[in-house]
Amino acid sequence: MSLLELKNLKTYFHTRAGTTRAVDDVSFSIGQGEIVGVVGESGSGKSVTCHTMLGLLPQPPAKVEGGSVVFDGEELLHLAQPLLRAIRGKRISMIFQDPMSCLNPYLRVLDQVAEPILAHENASREEAEERALAMMKKVGIRDAEQRARSFPHEFSGGMRQRAMIAMALVTNPDLLLADEPTTALDVTVQARILKLLRDLREELGIAVLFVTHDLGVVADVADRVVVMYQGKVVEQGAIRDVFSNPSHPYVKGLLACRPTFDTKYRILPTVEDFLETKTEPDGTTRLEERTGMKDRLAELEKAIPEDGNGEGSSPSDLLLSVEDLRVHFNSGGGVLGGLLGSAPPTVKAVDGVDLTLLKGRTLGLVGESGCGKTTLGRAILRLVQTTSGSIRYEGEELPAQGSPELLPFRKRMQIIFQDPYASLNPRLTIEQALVEPMLVHGIGSSQSERRERVASLLEEVGLSSDHLLRYPHEFSGGQRQRICVARALAVEPDFIVCDECVSAMDVSIQAQVLNLLRELQDKRGLTYLFISHDLSVVKFTSDEIAVMKEGRIEEFGPAGQIYGNPQSEYTRELLEAVPRAEF
Amino acid sequence: MIRFLLNRLLQGILVLFALYTITFLLAKAMPGEPFTSEKNVSAETKANIRKLYGLDRPILEQYFIYPKNVLLEGSFGVSTSKGRPVADIIAQSFPNSLLLGLCALGFAIGIGVPIGILSAVRRNSWLDWLCMAIAMIGICVPSFTIGPLLQIHVAAHVPGLKVAGWGNPQDVLLPAFTLGLVSAAYLARLTRGGILEVLSQDFVRTAHAKGIAPITVILKHTLRGGLLPAVAYLGPAFAALISGSFIVETIFQVPGMGQHFVNAATTRDEFLLLGLSLFFGFLIVVMNLLADLLTGLLDPRVRLEGNKD
Repeated sequence: MSLLELKNLKTYFHTRAGTTRAVDDVSFSIGQGEIVGVVGESGSGKSVTCHTMLGLLPQPPAKVEGGSVVFDGEELLHLAQPLLRAIRGKRISMIFQDPMSCLNPYLRVLDQVAEPILAHENASREEAEERALAMMKKVGIRDAEQRARSFPHEFSGGMRQRAMIAMALVTNPDLLLADEPTTALDVTVQARILKLLRDLREELGIAVLFVTHDLGVVADVADRVVVMYQGKVVEQGAIRDVFSNPSHPYVKGLLACRPTFDTKYRILPTVEDFLETKTEPDGTTRLEERTGMKDRLAELEKAIPEDGNGEGSSPSDLLLSVEDLRVHFNSGGGVLGGLLGSAPPTVKAVDGVDLTLLKGRTLGLVGESGCGKTTLGRAILRLVQTTSGSIRYEGEELPAQGSPELLPFRKRMQIIFQDPYASLNPRLTIEQALVEPMLVHGIGSSQSERRERVASLLEEVGLSSDHLLRYPHEFSGGQRQRICVARALAVEPDFIVCDECVSAMDVSIQAQVLNLLRELQDKRGLTYLFISHDLSVVKFTSDEIAVMKEGRIEEFGPAGQIYGNPQSEYTRELLEAVPRAEF
Repeated sequence: MIRFLLNRLLQGILVLFALYTITFLLAKAMPGEPFTSEKNVSAETKANIRKLYGLDRPILEQYFIYPKNVLLEGSFGVSTSKGRPVADIIAQSFPNSLLLGLCALGFAIGIGVPIGILSAVRRNSWLDWLCMAIAMIGICVPSFTIGPLLQIHVAAHVPGLKVAGWGNPQDVLLPAFTLGLVSAAYLARLTRGGILEVLSQDFVRTAHAKGIAPITVILKHTLRGGLLPAVAYLGPAFAALISGSFIVETIFQVPGMGQHFVNAATTRDEFLLLGLSLFFGFLIVVMNLLADLLTGLLDPRVRLEGNKD
C-alpha cells in the first residue's frame, strides 16, 4: 500500500477575474521510502498540490473542489484543523524554496529546529534542544554546537537549507514534501543538499515528494517522476522511462528545449515545436503533438556547425579588453569613522580581473552567487565606480563614469537585466520605454521615424507593432524580456551585457529568448557578455568562457576547452555539481 | 556597540547645534525684540535692559555667547518675559508634562497595540473594519474636541474626577487619555500593518507547516517583527508626548511645559524659546536612540555597531 495517495485532486482559485484551475484532476502516489519528483514550469500547479495536501492554502481564494488525499489510510482533505495540525510537522514535514525567507529572522536557529518537537511531543525544552542539535549535526551543519544559537542571517544559504531540513526531520516524519528546496542555491551547494536528501532516505527510510522545475535535479534525485502542465499530470513513470522515452509531446519538448552539456543545436527546439493546443468546439482545450515536429528537428540538426564553435576570430577583432580591474565597496563608518579617518572595511567585489572580448562572439561569465560577476558586468559598462584598472573599447580607454565623453560609448554598450518585471518602468508604455534611449542619443529625426523604428524593433524580437501603446504589466515574463532586448537594441549597440537574463525563466521561455539572442547576434554581429550561474546555458551560448570566484577570474578560455578539459580545481568542482540527466 | 553609541552621540550634538542655529535665526528674523512692545518705559531703561540681556551686542556675538553659556556654565539664559532662569521654568513644568506624557503613552500602547494585533489577525472581518474605523476617528478628531467632551460627559458624572486641575493622582487620567488617543490610533494602524506584513512572509507558512497552533504562530513568530514600525514611530512620538501639549494642558489646567512653547513665541522670549527648543531636540535625539536600541533588540539582523568590523 502506498504511503500517500492523491486521487483526482482539484484545487481551484476563485477570484473576481475568474476561476483558475490550479490543480485539475491530479492523481499520483508515493510509496514508503520512495522519492517522487514533481516537475513542471511556473503555474503548473505543483506547489499548490503540495500546499493543498497539508491544508496550507489560504481559503478563500483557494477551494478544494474534489478528489482525495489519503495518507497512511487517513483522508486529509476533510480532517478537522487540530487533527491535521497533529500530522503537519509531525508525520508530514515540508521544506520550502528560499531558506532565507522561510526561516524566521527574529528567532534563533536552534529554537526553530526544536519547535516541532515541542509542538507535537511531550518533551522538555532541554530534551527538544538536545535532539534538535543532534539532527543539525546529522544534516551536516558544521560546528553545530557553537552555531546553534545563532540567527538565520548568520548562516550561509546552504547551511540555512540544512537547518530547514533538520527542522523538517527532527520529528522523524514518514513523508517529506520538498518544494523547490535547491532552486535558490548555487550548484555546488545544491549537489551537496541533493546528496544529503538521498543519504537521509537510505538511512531513515523517509519518503520524499520533490517538487522542482529543474529536470536535471529530478533525474539526479528521484525514483519516479510526475510531470505537470497547466494543472494536469501529463506523464508519470519511472525516471529512466520518462527521460529516455517520453510519450507526451509536452515532455518531449521540455526535454529537448533545455540546453545541456551535450546540446549540439545552434538554435534550440522549443516546446511549441512539439505541442499544439487545440480548442474543441465546446470550448475545452486539448494538447496535441504537432505534426511537423520531426522535420523541424531535422532542420535544426542541419544547422549544427561542423567545428561546433563557429568561425575563428583573429586578434585584430578585439572589441574590449579589461586589465587588472578592481571594484571595492566601502561600508560607511558613520560620523565617528569620518572624524577619526579610520579606513572603513572594504568588500572586494572585483579584485584584479583581466578579460578580452572578441567582436561578434559571446563571452560567458559564470560563477556562484556573490562571486562578483554582476559587478564586473556593470563595471565594464561604467555603471559602477571602479577602484582601479583599465577598460579599453576598440583600443580606446573608456572615459570615467559621469564624464560627458562617455555618452558616445553608452550608445554602443547596452545591458539586459535579470528581472524583466523590475527593469521596465511600469508607468511608461512600450513605445516610451523604447524611444527614450533614442532621444538621449539623438537617433531618428522625427517622432514618426522613431515610432517606425520601434515598431520594426518589436517585430525583430518577435512581438507585434500593435503592442506599442501597451504597458509592461500587460505582457508575460518572456515577452517583457523581449521588450528589454528591443530596448537594448534601440540605440544600435555593438555590445550587450546579458546579466542573468534568462535565469528567472521557465526552460521553454528560456529557449525562446536564447534563440532570439542567437538570431540577433548572427544578423547584427553583436558581441555578448553573457553572465549566468547556469553552466549548461553558458555552454550553449558562449564561445569563450570565464569562470569567476571571489572577485577573480579562476579560468578563462574557449568554451570547448573549459568544459572538456578544465584546468582549475574550482571549475572541475562546478562542472561536476551540475545535475545531469544521463541514462 | 560603544562605537555605535559614540557615533550617535556625535550625530546628536550636530543635530542639536543645527537646531540651535535654525531657532536662533528664526527668532532673530521675527520683527521686533523682547522689549519693543513695553510701554511706559524710558528709552534709557530699555537700553539698560537690552544691555543686561546682551541684546545690544552684534548678532554674530550673540550667536556664540548662548552655546558658550550653555556648555561652560550650564545656563540656558533668563526668560525675558518671566524674569526667571529658563532652566528653572523647565525644571518646574517638565515633571508635570513627563507624568502626563508617560500616562498618555501607557494609554496609547495599552489600547493601540492590542487593537492592531486583533485587527491584523481578523483582517477583513467586521471586527477589523470596526477597529480601523475607530482608529481613523481617533486620528481625525482633534484633542480640543475630545477633551471638552470628556469633561462634560465623564468628569462631571464620575465622582473623584475633576473637570480641570492638577494635584491629585487621578487628575492625570482624563488629560492623559485625551493626549494618548491620537498616538493609540496611529499605533493601532502601524501595528496592524506591521503584523500583516509579517503574516505574508514565507516563514509564517513554515511555522504553520510545523503544525503549531495559530495563536502561537502569532505570538511567537509575528509579533517581534510586526512591532518594528510601531517602535520606530514611538521614539519621536514619546518625545512629543512628554514635552507637553499646549491644547491638552490648557483644557485641563495642567501646569506643564506646553504653555511655555506658545507663550515664548508670542512674547518674543528668545531665551525661553531657545532653551525649550534645545530641550525638545535633546528629548527627540534620546528617544530616537532608545527606539533604535529597542529595534536592535527586537531584530537580530540590525547591527548596532554603526560599522562592520
